[in-house]
Amino acid sequence: MEALDRPLLRLRDLSTDIPLRRGVVHALDHVDLEVRQGETLGIVGESGSGKTMTVLSIMGLLPSGGQVVGGEILFDGRDLRGLEAQELRRVRGVEMGMVFQDPLTSLNPTMRIGAQVAEPLRVHLGVGKAEARERAIEILRRVGMPRPDKIVDDYPHQLSGGMRQRVVIAMALVRSPRLLIADEPTTALDVTTQRQILELIDDLREEFKMAVILVTHDLGVIAGRADRVAVMYAGRVVETGTTADLFRSPRHRYTEALMRALPESAADGRLYSIPGLPPDLSLPLTGCRFAPRCRFATDECRAGDVLLTPDAAGNGHEFACLHPVTEPVAIAASSAPADTVSGDSEPLLTVRDLVKEYDAGGAGMRRVSGRVSAVAGVSFDVKPGETLGIVGESGCGKSTVGRLVAGLEAPTGGRIVVDGTDIATLDRRARHRMHRQVQLMFQDSYAAMNPRMRIDSILTEPLEIQQVGDAASRRARVSELLDQVGLPRRALERYPHEFSGGQLQRIGLARSLALSPRLIVADEPVSALDVSVQAQVLNLMRDLQGRLGLSYVFISHDLSVVDYMADRIGVMYLGKLVEVGPAHQVVRSPRHPYTQALLDAVPSPHPGHAPSPDTTIRGELPSALNPPTGCRFRTRCPLATDACAVEPVLQGGTHQVACHFPLRQEAPAA
Amino acid sequence: MTAVPHEEEAPVRGMWRQGVEVFCENRLALLGVALFVLLTLFSFLGPLFYQTDQVHTDLTKVYLAPGTEGHPLGTDGVGYDQLGRLMLGGQTSIVVGLAAGLLATVVGTVWGAVAGFAGSWVDAVMMRVVDAMMSIPALFLFMLMASIVTPTVPMLIVIIGAFAWLGPARLVRGEALSLRTREYVLAMRGMGGGGGRAVRRHIIPNAIGTVIVNATFQVADAILYVAYLSFLGLGVPPPAANWGGMLSDGLSDTFSGHWWLLYPPGIAIILIVLAFNFIGDGLRDVFEVRLRRR
Repeated sequence: MEALDRPLLRLRDLSTDIPLRRGVVHALDHVDLEVRQGETLGIVGESGSGKTMTVLSIMGLLPSGGQVVGGEILFDGRDLRGLEAQELRRVRGVEMGMVFQDPLTSLNPTMRIGAQVAEPLRVHLGVGKAEARERAIEILRRVGMPRPDKIVDDYPHQLSGGMRQRVVIAMALVRSPRLLIADEPTTALDVTTQRQILELIDDLREEFKMAVILVTHDLGVIAGRADRVAVMYAGRVVETGTTADLFRSPRHRYTEALMRALPESAADGRLYSIPGLPPDLSLPLTGCRFAPRCRFATDECRAGDVLLTPDAAGNGHEFACLHPVTEPVAIAASSAPADTVSGDSEPLLTVRDLVKEYDAGGAGMRRVSGRVSAVAGVSFDVKPGETLGIVGESGCGKSTVGRLVAGLEAPTGGRIVVDGTDIATLDRRARHRMHRQVQLMFQDSYAAMNPRMRIDSILTEPLEIQQVGDAASRRARVSELLDQVGLPRRALERYPHEFSGGQLQRIGLARSLALSPRLIVADEPVSALDVSVQAQVLNLMRDLQGRLGLSYVFISHDLSVVDYMADRIGVMYLGKLVEVGPAHQVVRSPRHPYTQALLDAVPSPHPGHAPSPDTTIRGELPSALNPPTGCRFRTRCPLATDACAVEPVLQGGTHQVACHFPLRQEAPAA
Repeated sequence: MTAVPHEEEAPVRGMWRQGVEVFCENRLALLGVALFVLLTLFSFLGPLFYQTDQVHTDLTKVYLAPGTEGHPLGTDGVGYDQLGRLMLGGQTSIVVGLAAGLLATVVGTVWGAVAGFAGSWVDAVMMRVVDAMMSIPALFLFMLMASIVTPTVPMLIVIIGAFAWLGPARLVRGEALSLRTREYVLAMRGMGGGGGRAVRRHIIPNAIGTVIVNATFQVADAILYVAYLSFLGLGVPPPAANWGGMLSDGLSDTFSGHWWLLYPPGIAIILIVLAFNFIGDGLRDVFEVRLRRR
């Protein structure tokens, strides 16, 4: 065993350029990082911060035209930039392994799992077919695949997302690499699966004595798993230190702002949001790159480069800030928000026994092989001015509920009553007018906007469709909307692709507001955004709710966001609501075992805050094609007994639960 | 390299201007435009400067070789001046090509967009019509049509257009099938919008890249169709001319050494088809790159 204190990988002054059609983006600018054997380095940053470019530079996988223009990549003491192509391929192929974000696109759909996992062995080590298969089975067993001897002969589409990510990890590990690079390995996965994958990477690191670089935008993921953290901003490392130290007392103003923008740290009912946008890296930049968005910036910050300097304490904590944070930042659990909604007003939206089933298998005249039960008897109310949060993992039917409420699909059964009229029974004309009451807000506003329409046409479209006003009044309305969401009038002449994600989400919100609806169904409205921008959008949504008296149905997989936004939360599992109640009660004293498991799986931005292992749920969401009888959660529930074969009903006062063995009794009404 | 200071201050560059810039970066596309302009000027303005008699035959001056006094490109079998005839033929070829290509594109696009967006049985019926027509060889239908009606220029446009729309219809239908599931179409339905609006405002504008690129190839094809028809003797009757017809006449003289009757129309056809293909390539760049760039 080599000396452990020599870094396995060391980046010195690494600079990378990506040429574009106009200009060159300086994606990395003098990046210094190191990873030791057996250590996990977390790289955290927002999109465009250069965290992915750093690992792509190491792996030599930069996008076309991109190249390392300066500095050294020292792997085991040798500079990769000086190696011959053949040797470089061997080092990168055998000694490093990489796990990408999307497990579906990083697997070849036409190759069997076994062949893919063993491919590196056959390419780099020339291992024979039979042996390669043996090794593939063995490594699949190591990454926790059930029945690996069966799965080697499967194709990727036969596996779930979490299982596919295990295959990708197995592929990276089959050569026993000394460095594993995981680029957002769990971003595409559900929280319960995410936890399993992160634990797996942790276990394997210890077992194989690997160095791991974990790249993510999620502070929570880093806090629980990394030994050391590097925070990147605009192509530079702005702060680095041990995880405990950095989370306890971040020194750089950017790190501080990031932590305060987390929905968990909304102390007084309002999130701290970082104003503005990250700088354009194709321009020459002087001074601290965060200075334009920093509250503490002075002329000194803008004048010259700010270098990484070690902390006085001498514990390896370095930061590039002239006005560092001195007081510790508390990521306090937020206090319960005051209930703003009076309890006895008439509900704006009433959903009763909502059912939606899809035919599975062949379409048209072919034989129907079964029915997918997407939503199975869901009931809830939304009062005027209230936000109902719906959470659940992917495939639980939460988006389907949103589409049904927005009138985009017709329910198979049940009633959706908006303001006293059941929308399922409406005729065409009345249904057309119903859309003025209920509007939809999308996760990816870019996809939800016609790329060939300018913003002014996009915003006037709802008014044209509903024939509201004339051309002049529509123009006035559109300008008013832009003011409401805080965008300049000039935005009207632009096209969607010219805006950033946060700005697009504002435009999306403006469009939903155009018809002055009373209810907005927001389907994962901030899931694609960075933390700092997410805070801006969430604040905006809350401000507008207060000003316009809107109701929201806020659909998200992220419990902390829902907790921040919602007055009440409904938790869905496999087409059923398993728990409904006031937000702070559901999050702080959940009654259903599934809610508890979801809460425990959320990576918390408190280092050393590990949940007890016995509350975790294992396995995958069962198929909605043939859902389990009785309680649908019983196949994964740690508390399930024979009694669970009878379906539990949602019962209780304000905090309802559908479980025979609720974890706690309902808290007495205050 | 222009420095874009900050997003608020960046000049608003319209889609149109960005498109022109991208198009101009493709040298071959510019060459295509230049070729097209040259051939058009040659055909339509040429006769103003180089006047010839293209109506009366002159049997005293048949098969004169190029360079003969007054006939730089010689004369053909009935005494028409070859250069002047090339101009006259170009007019027919270009007009029929452009008009038939346009007709085919418009009909095909609307048909395909409606079929693709409507889906289910509407799609099935509309596309079976296309399949049925495609299953009959186009040339056979051309011959049938041309023998029923007298071929004039407008008639040629309608005949060619009536069969050439099948290609764009299939293409746009495929495009519409994927476009109708886009979230912006969903968003529009969420506002209460209907199918007509979806096709008009969302499906067709977003399929326009495919449509325009295909249209340039349609024009090139239509010019070739005119050539085929004339080659089969089904083109516009003399004294009208077109490049295809001239080529077919020239072919019968291949072994008599009258190369000036064969090469000029052949080269003209190749050049115009090439020009439209280059323009099509350039347009493809425009529609692909522009949206990717911020």
